[in-house]
Amino acid sequence: MAETDAKRGAMRTLLRIFPYTKKALPRIVLGMVAALAAHMLALSIPNFLRGIVDAVGAQGSVESIIPLVLWVLGLGVLEALMVLARRWLVLTPGTHVEANLRRTLYAKLQNLPVAFHDRWPSGQLLSRATQDLSLIRRWLSFGLVLLVANGITIIVGLAVLYSYSWILGSIFLVIVAPLWIIGFNFEKNYHITARKSQDQAGDLATSVEQSVHGIRVLKAFGRGGFITEKFAKDAAELRKTELVKARMVAGLWWYLSVIPELALGVSLFVGVWLVQNDQLTIGGLAAFIFTTRVLHWPMDSIGFLLSMTIDAQTAVERFFEVLDEPVGIDDPNKPRKVDKVEGRLVFEDVHFRYQDAPDSEPDLLRGVNLELLPGESVALIGVTGCGKTTLTALATRLYEVTGGSIKIDGIDIRDLNREELRSHIAMAFEDATLFSASVRENVLLGNPNASEEDLHEALAIAQAQFAYDLPDGLDTRIGEEGLSLSGGQRQRLALARAVAAKPAILVLDDPLSALDVDTEAMVEDALRTVLKATTALIVAHRPSTVQLADRVALMQDGKITAFGKHSELLATNDHYRFVISSLDAAGELIEVN
Amino acid sequence: MSMHGVQNEEKIELNKEEQKAIRARSMRLLGSIIRPVRNRLWVSLALVIGAQSLRVSLPALIAVIIDKSLPQAVNGDFTSLWTVVGTYVAAAILSSALIATFVRFAARINQDIMLGLRRRIFAHTQKLSVEFHETYTSGRVISRQTNDLDSIMELLNSGGNEMIAGLLYMVFTAIALIWLDLTSFGIVLVSFIPLWFLTRWFQKQTRLNYRKTRVASAKLIVHFVETMTGIRAVKAFRKEKANQDKYAELVEDYRYVNGKVIQLFGIFDPGLILIGRITASVVLLIGGIRVLEGNLTVGVLLSCVVYVSSFYDPMEQLAMFYNSFQSANSGLEKISGVLEENPSVAEPADPTKLDAPKGHIEFDDVQFSYSNGKEVLPKFSLDIPAGQTIALVGTTGAGKSTLAKLISRFYDPIEGQVRLDGVDLRRLTDEDLRRAVVMVTQEAYLFSGSVADNIALGKPGASMAEIESAARAVGAHEFISALPDGYDTDVNKRGGRVSAGQRQLISFARAFIADPAVLILDEATASLDIPSERLVQHGLKTLLADRTAVIIAHRLSTVSIADRVLVMEHGRVIEDDAPATLIAGTGKFAKMHKAWRESLV
Repeated sequence: MAETDAKRGAMRTLLRIFPYTKKALPRIVLGMVAALAAHMLALSIPNFLRGIVDAVGAQGSVESIIPLVLWVLGLGVLEALMVLARRWLVLTPGTHVEANLRRTLYAKLQNLPVAFHDRWPSGQLLSRATQDLSLIRRWLSFGLVLLVANGITIIVGLAVLYSYSWILGSIFLVIVAPLWIIGFNFEKNYHITARKSQDQAGDLATSVEQSVHGIRVLKAFGRGGFITEKFAKDAAELRKTELVKARMVAGLWWYLSVIPELALGVSLFVGVWLVQNDQLTIGGLAAFIFTTRVLHWPMDSIGFLLSMTIDAQTAVERFFEVLDEPVGIDDPNKPRKVDKVEGRLVFEDVHFRYQDAPDSEPDLLRGVNLELLPGESVALIGVTGCGKTTLTALATRLYEVTGGSIKIDGIDIRDLNREELRSHIAMAFEDATLFSASVRENVLLGNPNASEEDLHEALAIAQAQFAYDLPDGLDTRIGEEGLSLSGGQRQRLALARAVAAKPAILVLDDPLSALDVDTEAMVEDALRTVLKATTALIVAHRPSTVQLADRVALMQDGKITAFGKHSELLATNDHYRFVISSLDAAGELIEVN
Repeated sequence: MSMHGVQNEEKIELNKEEQKAIRARSMRLLGSIIRPVRNRLWVSLALVIGAQSLRVSLPALIAVIIDKSLPQAVNGDFTSLWTVVGTYVAAAILSSALIATFVRFAARINQDIMLGLRRRIFAHTQKLSVEFHETYTSGRVISRQTNDLDSIMELLNSGGNEMIAGLLYMVFTAIALIWLDLTSFGIVLVSFIPLWFLTRWFQKQTRLNYRKTRVASAKLIVHFVETMTGIRAVKAFRKEKANQDKYAELVEDYRYVNGKVIQLFGIFDPGLILIGRITASVVLLIGGIRVLEGNLTVGVLLSCVVYVSSFYDPMEQLAMFYNSFQSANSGLEKISGVLEENPSVAEPADPTKLDAPKGHIEFDDVQFSYSNGKEVLPKFSLDIPAGQTIALVGTTGAGKSTLAKLISRFYDPIEGQVRLDGVDLRRLTDEDLRRAVVMVTQEAYLFSGSVADNIALGKPGASMAEIESAARAVGAHEFISALPDGYDTDVNKRGGRVSAGQRQLISFARAFIADPAVLILDEATASLDIPSERLVQHGLKTLLADRTAVIIAHRLSTVSIADRVLVMEHGRVIEDDAPATLIAGTGKFAKMHKAWRESLV
């Protein structure tokens, strides 16, 4: 019972791929027809051979065999044409399906919330987008087509064998029948191992990814050898799994190749006996032998077609693991629109906990209430890890509140399309991500229609004038595939990007941490003019950054525990002094000196 | 144009010389992969030869049955039939057993090769300098180690076995044909002419196209990795649509070139079948006539037809092998390019041992510029006695980080020497150097695994007690204990769940546990909030007490624990003295310090 369930599950998994193959499907089906036709032609050739053998055996004339030979030739040529047709029919659509799946997966991954990406190592995603999808393509345009065509060919072939001699046909069938069970067992066991190997390959990709992205740390500590050993251990695990797979395939292949030969051996013996008793002509026996040889490849191939099918099935499974993931943070059914944003940002009893936080853990945010008036700048202060960054991420729905609500001009942000929401709020992160594109494109990312002046202004505010001195000026390619910039330079460009977006609301997450004191002061001066007209939420660690804000909100134990002017809080709040005041530190330093 | 290493690796059309150089280096790589397993390859070859020779004998046995055993059996004598059929079955069983053994044996060889290759590329990319990584991009390195390796694995997995088996099958079939009937063999020989033309055409077409697929798939991976690692920014700036368009374009490029390659095979394969079928018909016609003339027996004709029609079957496998070989070859071209890159910061062949590093650092007429020629540090000298704490200050781009990177040997100077305890850094093994010098940067990268694992990276094999005391020393213990699973908490992808400040604390603990003689802190406190920084300052006092330290910090709070301050501008040290002296003076530092004090309140 469990087995049939697993079996049905396997079929169902594979069937799920078909909505993505709609356009390709007719051609794939036609390809199957062509493949089948090619096999049928090959199957029909022995019949003419029988004629030839019987004719030459009966000392017929040359003229009598010529038409038969022409038939053989004609059928052979036609077979080649059918193979050509099959390939032509199936190959292009296969690549289209692969491309379609790849785009779908990528779109889904971009749509999935940040929480998903926190959980999933990118190597696992990458192996799905590359290896797995090409497996599926090969299965669709090759495995599936041949599995169907070869399966039918074997059945028809058995019938043809019967037509030459029912006794020989029956013998052949009886001996070959157990292959069915062997194949079925193989499928069951192979599936688990195939899945394991794909997952391990994904883990390896993750290790590779981390070893590259963390290269500076590894270099700084000289841990190249250490991480290589670790990687080698994982790679050795994959090797082990691959060996198990090979053993399984070898085992199956052994049965698949030996059993038909056994059947042929017995048939030969019985066949000769039949010829002796005049129940079969020599030509009939020859045709029988030829047919079993024609069937040899389809039977042989069942082994790798089956393993290919199972590989494809696990690949489909892995594909849908991502695709089935609920987006969670989705656009509303009836989105509202804000035409003119004033920029009132209100957090109302906001609760948040990470999806995978254990139950024992209290919510990270436990009822945050905060109101930013239009045009007001508020600094967010709190000890590291208290949830400041999380709170800023909630405002653009990078994460979703688990309780309460966030409103812009009185509208719940969940009632806005994400696209619109994020056009009203621009962010600058502490770890500044730049993309492989020119400086210009990077800075104007949030506002592609901005004018040249806007661009210059944004660069000026962020003190990013260094960009003009890059090899190709503002057209210099930066990011992964371009010039590498220092942390401070990256941060300033990221800040320029947020400024250039000219949003109603600006969210800055410790945006000046990598800047030196002089530059920081200059940026702050310039920012002040922008902040006059913009609502801003600024995560700050330094008194200097706090100075940018009109008011300060102090976060503690998942709540806003104090809200007011910097000087007020400094005078009245102990925790605030603890978090922001360097006086103690300065006092200590003097001691040291 | 030079094709050395990874230069111009995306070039598709190569001239003769470039072609030769690239082929030579990928073949060298192939050779070096195969060398360690070559003995086992001979064994597997023997297995295949045994299996295929048995397999090829099967049609000949059928001929014997029809020509000899059948007439005898008709006369009532079944002995020959028994014997030959018995031989047939035995040969079939034995050959299948040999092939099954071969498959398992070959899988072991292939997997050993793959493991060796994986290790080698991984280890090599780890050795390559930071400068290489900065220009080559992470996506490409990943692509080399995933996609390109996959293409080689495919070659090994299917191609190799089938090629040997197919080739042997053809050879044995030819021998059997010569032995059975020379005329039929002659006909087969004639068919080689169209075969040759077809193969040449295929070979030429595929080489270029495979190179294109490697480049296209690497681009696909680079874009994919960039999107996934920068997903927050992608979302925040609504880059999804633009990304999707760009990716769709890359997907289509890849689809197009890949489709082209597949289609080439789609013409080649039926071409083979066509040649095979025509040849078989000719053999049949001529053989049939000869049987009628009494020059050939029916049995021989039959087995000839079987041989001829199965002669081309392995051709298909050969073509498939050739296919995966071409694909793997373009993978090899790219991988061998990366392997050809010499670490610009190489280990010495004959290193000087440094047993108990004290931490005395000297810059002796050092000059540094990046490979693009831009000078960062003009010639200078500097002496940092062991145990001294140095603060490096100056505006962004003044060359502070470069100076730090020279001490930790991320780069080598263009001229002059950087010495540790009197030994040129280039004379030290990586192990000795890294034990002596550790650098903590602002970018606090966390690897997937637990918090404890990440701290222990500073000292593999450290005990839990050591890890905890390191965390305590830098003030990280408190927040770590508050994490859901304490030190065993998984930090997730890129430390997603730990705040930036906490990440820095963890990387501080990592440096603390490594216990180096020289510690370099490059903006390592930038993301810390003030309470954490206070804790770190506390920890630093003990941490730096008996070691040399170079601290780069914009926050001048750190400076006051320094014995000496170096103020840098445009790559030059313009002030160099004790902090108190500088503050009391009227120079650049005095101004900076004043501004900083004012920013504190």
